[in-house]
Amino acid sequence: MTSSSTSAASRRAVSGPVRGRRSSGGLLQAWLPRLVLAPSVAVSLFFVYGFMIWTFVLSLTSSRMLPSYDFVGFGQYARLMANERWWVAASNLAVFGGLFVAICLVLGAVLAILLDQRIRQEGALRTLYLYPMALSFIVTGVVWKWLLNPGLGIQAMVRGWGFDDFAFDWLVRSDMAVYTLVIAAVWQASGFVMALFLAGLRGIDDAILKAAQLDGASLPRIYWRVIMPCLRPVVFSAVMILSHIAIKSFDLVVALTGGGPGYASDLPATFMYAHAFTRAQIGLGSASAMLMLGGVLAILVPYLFSELRSRRHD
Amino acid sequence: MTSQVRDNVIRRRTPGAKVLRLVLYAVLAVAAAAYLLPLVVMLLTSIKPLEEITPGTLLSLPSDPTLAPWVKAWGEACTGMRCEGVGGYFWNSFAIVIPAVIIATAIGALNGYALTKWRFRGSELVFAMMLFGCFIPFQVVLLPMAQTLGWLGLASSRSGLVLVHVVFGIAFTTLFFRNFYVSIPDELVSAAKLDGAGFFRIFWRILLPVSAPIIVVSVIWQFTQIWNDFLFGVAYSGHDTQPVTVALNNLVNTSTGAKEYNVDMAAAMIAAAPTLVVYVLAGKYFVRGLTAGSVKG
Amino acid sequence: MSAKLPYARRALGAFVTAAAVSVPAAQAGEVEVLHWWTSGGEAEAVGTLRDLLESEGHTWKDFAVAGGAGDSAMTVLKSRAMSGNPPAAAQINGPEIQEWGELGLLANLDAVAEEGNWDELLPGVVADMMQHDGHYVAVPVNVHRVNWLWANPEVLADAGVEMPTTWDEMFSAGEALREAGYVPLAHGGQPWQDATIFESVVLSLGGADFYRDAFVELDEDSLKSDTMIESLSTFKRLRGLMDEGMPGRDWNLATGMVINGQAAMQIMGDWAKGEFTAADMQAGSDYLCAAVPGTEDAFTFNIDSFAMFKLDDEAAQEAQQTMARLVLEPEFQQTFNQIKGSIPPRTDLDMSAFDSCAQQSMADFQSSREASTLVPSFAHRMAMRSDVQGAFFDIITNYFNDESMSAEQAAERLAQAASLAF
Repeated sequence: MTSSSTSAASRRAVSGPVRGRRSSGGLLQAWLPRLVLAPSVAVSLFFVYGFMIWTFVLSLTSSRMLPSYDFVGFGQYARLMANERWWVAASNLAVFGGLFVAICLVLGAVLAILLDQRIRQEGALRTLYLYPMALSFIVTGVVWKWLLNPGLGIQAMVRGWGFDDFAFDWLVRSDMAVYTLVIAAVWQASGFVMALFLAGLRGIDDAILKAAQLDGASLPRIYWRVIMPCLRPVVFSAVMILSHIAIKSFDLVVALTGGGPGYASDLPATFMYAHAFTRAQIGLGSASAMLMLGGVLAILVPYLFSELRSRRHD
Repeated sequence: MTSQVRDNVIRRRTPGAKVLRLVLYAVLAVAAAAYLLPLVVMLLTSIKPLEEITPGTLLSLPSDPTLAPWVKAWGEACTGMRCEGVGGYFWNSFAIVIPAVIIATAIGALNGYALTKWRFRGSELVFAMMLFGCFIPFQVVLLPMAQTLGWLGLASSRSGLVLVHVVFGIAFTTLFFRNFYVSIPDELVSAAKLDGAGFFRIFWRILLPVSAPIIVVSVIWQFTQIWNDFLFGVAYSGHDTQPVTVALNNLVNTSTGAKEYNVDMAAAMIAAAPTLVVYVLAGKYFVRGLTAGSVKG
Repeated sequence: MSAKLPYARRALGAFVTAAAVSVPAAQAGEVEVLHWWTSGGEAEAVGTLRDLLESEGHTWKDFAVAGGAGDSAMTVLKSRAMSGNPPAAAQINGPEIQEWGELGLLANLDAVAEEGNWDELLPGVVADMMQHDGHYVAVPVNVHRVNWLWANPEVLADAGVEMPTTWDEMFSAGEALREAGYVPLAHGGQPWQDATIFESVVLSLGGADFYRDAFVELDEDSLKSDTMIESLSTFKRLRGLMDEGMPGRDWNLATGMVINGQAAMQIMGDWAKGEFTAADMQAGSDYLCAAVPGTEDAFTFNIDSFAMFKLDDEAAQEAQQTMARLVLEPEFQQTFNQIKGSIPPRTDLDMSAFDSCAQQSMADFQSSREASTLVPSFAHRMAMRSDVQGAFFDIITNYFNDESMSAEQAAERLAQAASLAF
């Protein structure tokens, strides 16, 4: 509610001498927002959608080293479906993506709640949990490759302390290599999720908390029943950012496991790269890229749907 | 503000609560150790002479610490035929990152503003459409972008790289600013509109002054993404415009030569220094910026 | 490293000075060179080419992209080609040269080839690889031999075994070595390293002709044959000679295991020599080199080469031609190969300054050239197109790591992959 003096002040601050500006400027003003957005829209249409369409076109060709327009229908998709490595990569993405998002959410939420308890060193701890996000995935992959290497890293160290039977050789086991990706990725991104949750916690209206406290609810109950539901938008944002990281995960795989042992820890992004570039199979790589984008759409569309729906409720 | 309520809710001065608090600190400390572990390993390795880097000595303190690996990583290590370390590439990276961050943030701010305060029919659709740009994996656009840059005459140039990063950064910056401006009351803007203020004037006088938190978020995010980018940096740079990530890769990924792990770690830390500094110094503003509405739908 | 080659460098220095004085400066051109030699030793080795080029008045613009033995570099090359400004010269190896040639992007080096008499200097197999459609488009820099077995003589002596010359000897030596507490065969479990061992096994059990049928001709019958199945099982048996931590290990760390006496042997190409040399070890006394059991009279080659791209600028064209000429000239070949650990692709040079393993390599290179047992390494992209090679890698590495896959299944899949090539 603005008092008359405030509105007068704002008037003066913004528009200078009060005078009707509804002449020719009016039409321009109406179109200005669209003009401002136009370049970005154009850029988006060309560089994002245009390139996606181009990729789709390429997935229908027999392009090898460089693009060619020799069309073969859906042959590349057929080859993709018959490719065992693709299925390994796709299922790895489900495992990796699912675990990565879930663990980051839980860990981030827990850390945020703990940090929110008026800790003395909150600033320092927060920076500590957040800094891994500053590192590139290549650096993360290289360091964790060391740490998880049975002969050089944690296993060797613990054995050096006398625990001869200690085993932590996931990195070299075909069935466990994917989980090493989860470890490194969670280390990198959970701090960011924590920051999101912390911000969300700080933004909760205390009237709600006070009401709950007056009702005599216990601490865990307050968190579970009152605070977590308020954080639903935060969870959504976190899930969006995390899934985007998961789908794009390329540098981490290359640096940490190289897709191995064999191709046991391959992901669609590295599959696409290996085939499109290293193996000069742009057609097949494009087909895998389209499927990858399809997966992205599958996550994005429901989110947008709920986003737009909640907007209307505001 | 909420802390007062928190005080009543949490700090019950019973012995049980004290123990709980100790547990709390313990958990946080363990977590802190886990997060610090890789950094400690990197630091320790980077100051050890090569002979001390053997299996099992990951966390052991160096008996003969030396800064030689850092000196070498900065100015003497080979990144190709040039053996000048990674230091010289910093300028290239800054020359790419700074313009790209500024431009992308500015465009994102204007976009967010236009989408939320000057809504027109279809503006939500436009936003949704632009949002998709966040998700496109870069490998997919590598070749078409190369062709486009060629058409534009920007191949292997710094401006070309800036263009690429701006193009793919707009989606994120628009997202951040749009979510932020959504929570700024519309009355402020409509009052100004009624008084006859124009599009840019309102932006400049009303929205920009309160945008500091989200500008920080956007700048930090963009800076980190662009500084750490390797794929675009290597594909679209020329021999004299390679960013520091390419230099680091060349240093670490020697194909048939000896691996000097201490120099590698030192180089990795040098390359990560700017982003680390940004996160450490501006981290608190990051959270503040996120708090100020950017995360809520 | 340079302290070890005073003679070579002094000679080079003298040559460079003489060249600078005597060669009239023609049009000074610029050559942007894409390659992936980024370690100290490699940089020094290829730096000699830059020095030679610059002594002729041209400029070398270095554009190095490390990683994956050229994977990243090739991706960048494709990106540059698509944007219409490829580098002047690029390190392109193997059949990929022909693929680039097919796109019409490579420059013609016939003039330089005629002057330098390349047709006679280079073995037929090598010369063919450097040509597209009958014209030279690339120049070979060196020849690496892939089918080497390296050993630590002290470890062998301690366990009481000799350098194995057959697979049976290898397996029995392995047992003795295990008893003595050593890792018999050091290895890094990466697809290309797995393939490196595998191709040598195939070569030893099938011979050069079978190798060519399987890996160059991609003949399905050969790939499904009993010889192939036997090779696959022998290959898998070798896993029993390796240590548990081998998946993902870098090749040079495996060599390190041999150097520090943890392991006895390694099957690896001759770039491994660089590691031994850096550890101040002498060929023949501190470390042993021998052909992989069963491949003594065969030679699996891996050749690094530079291809030249078509450019408009005349001065740059001249610089390219000069660079191509300089690559095959004796001075560069002598210096470069001694540093790099490889041998020259031309067989007429004096090898006395090279170490004993390199001399052996050259002798075998010449004899295998005559006996037609000179074969391209499929593990290093010399034998087949990259898509088939990639598919083969997937199958081999998966087979190696998966206990449940049988040799018959793997052979079947190899044949299938060959037939699916688009």
